[in-house]
Amino acid sequence: MHELSVTENLLDITLRHAQNAGATRITNIYLVIGQLSSIVDDSVKFYWDMIAKDTIAQKAILHFKRISIRLTCLDCSHEYEPTGDELSCPKCDGIHVKVLKGEEFYVEAIDIEK
Amino acid sequence: MQRRVSVVENILGANDRIALDNRQKLNEAGVFTLNIMASPGAGKTALIERTVQQLIPSLRLAVIDGDIATSLDADRAAAAGAVAIQINTGGECHLDAIMLREALAQLDLTQFDLLIIENVGNLVCPVSFQLGAHKNVLVASIPEGDDKPYKYPGMYRGVDALVINKIDLLPYVTFSMEYFRRGVEILNPNVLTFPLSCRTGVGMHAWVEWLRDCAASK
Repeated sequence: MHELSVTENLLDITLRHAQNAGATRITNIYLVIGQLSSIVDDSVKFYWDMIAKDTIAQKAILHFKRISIRLTCLDCSHEYEPTGDELSCPKCDGIHVKVLKGEEFYVEAIDIEK
Repeated sequence: MQRRVSVVENILGANDRIALDNRQKLNEAGVFTLNIMASPGAGKTALIERTVQQLIPSLRLAVIDGDIATSLDADRAAAAGAVAIQINTGGECHLDAIMLREALAQLDLTQFDLLIIENVGNLVCPVSFQLGAHKNVLVASIPEGDDKPYKYPGMYRGVDALVINKIDLLPYVTFSMEYFRRGVEILNPNVLTFPLSCRTGVGMHAWVEWLRDCAASK
């Protein structure tokens, strides 16, 4: 995935919210990333160190909360988190499913100092 | 003193907002727009060539092609009869809404009924960057193998229509249509599928008629 453009967007979002709150420093950034959103944490951290330099986000620690895919079977209502490659319902083998979790890709919160 | 500030903002929200703006411009001009994505070599350009040949002159067509280098694909679309614009992404492996916005500014949208965007050949990144098209389309091809829906769930889930190209090669490769379709259905039960061969023409009629109906609805 696009770790550089993702990281640039991340910097814009966090600086904007920090500025609105009158912050002098961002200390922590909390991200929620679903399993279906592909992203490599180390690449984001790598780009972050480069582009956040000389901003109030410079020393912020990035926290990645990973959300596993969670599905519900529309045939038997069983909820499950698939392991391995098989996404079908482990209870009834059904393939009519709905994705409940796993597509998240957002900044949840930041910790700031004033 | 430290405090927590709630953000809850989508990381690619900025791109999505520009995509919505693009969609609005396309709606105002009545131009039905497709974003066609696929692996390199699946047959995006061949599909677009055949589609343009069959829809012109009854529809006015424009093609915007995104590639890292060359104008090869835009040239093919233009030779088929469409007004074609090439975007060279400068190394970026997907198109984004800003690039589309800049390309749209080069067209008089009132002169077209259908706009086909050919995205950069890539099965991973493009689906995360909405452009503002009315329909997202994936071109899968038989030689790529039947396990791709399982390996690229984001892409297979994120499209409205799935073209299965090169069906004329089914007798020559190992491909279980049942296994393939099962993978698609789990993640995208409502997707429209168009099995076809650009080369032999089989299945093209259903695809072209669907596009004709979509363009008429705008």
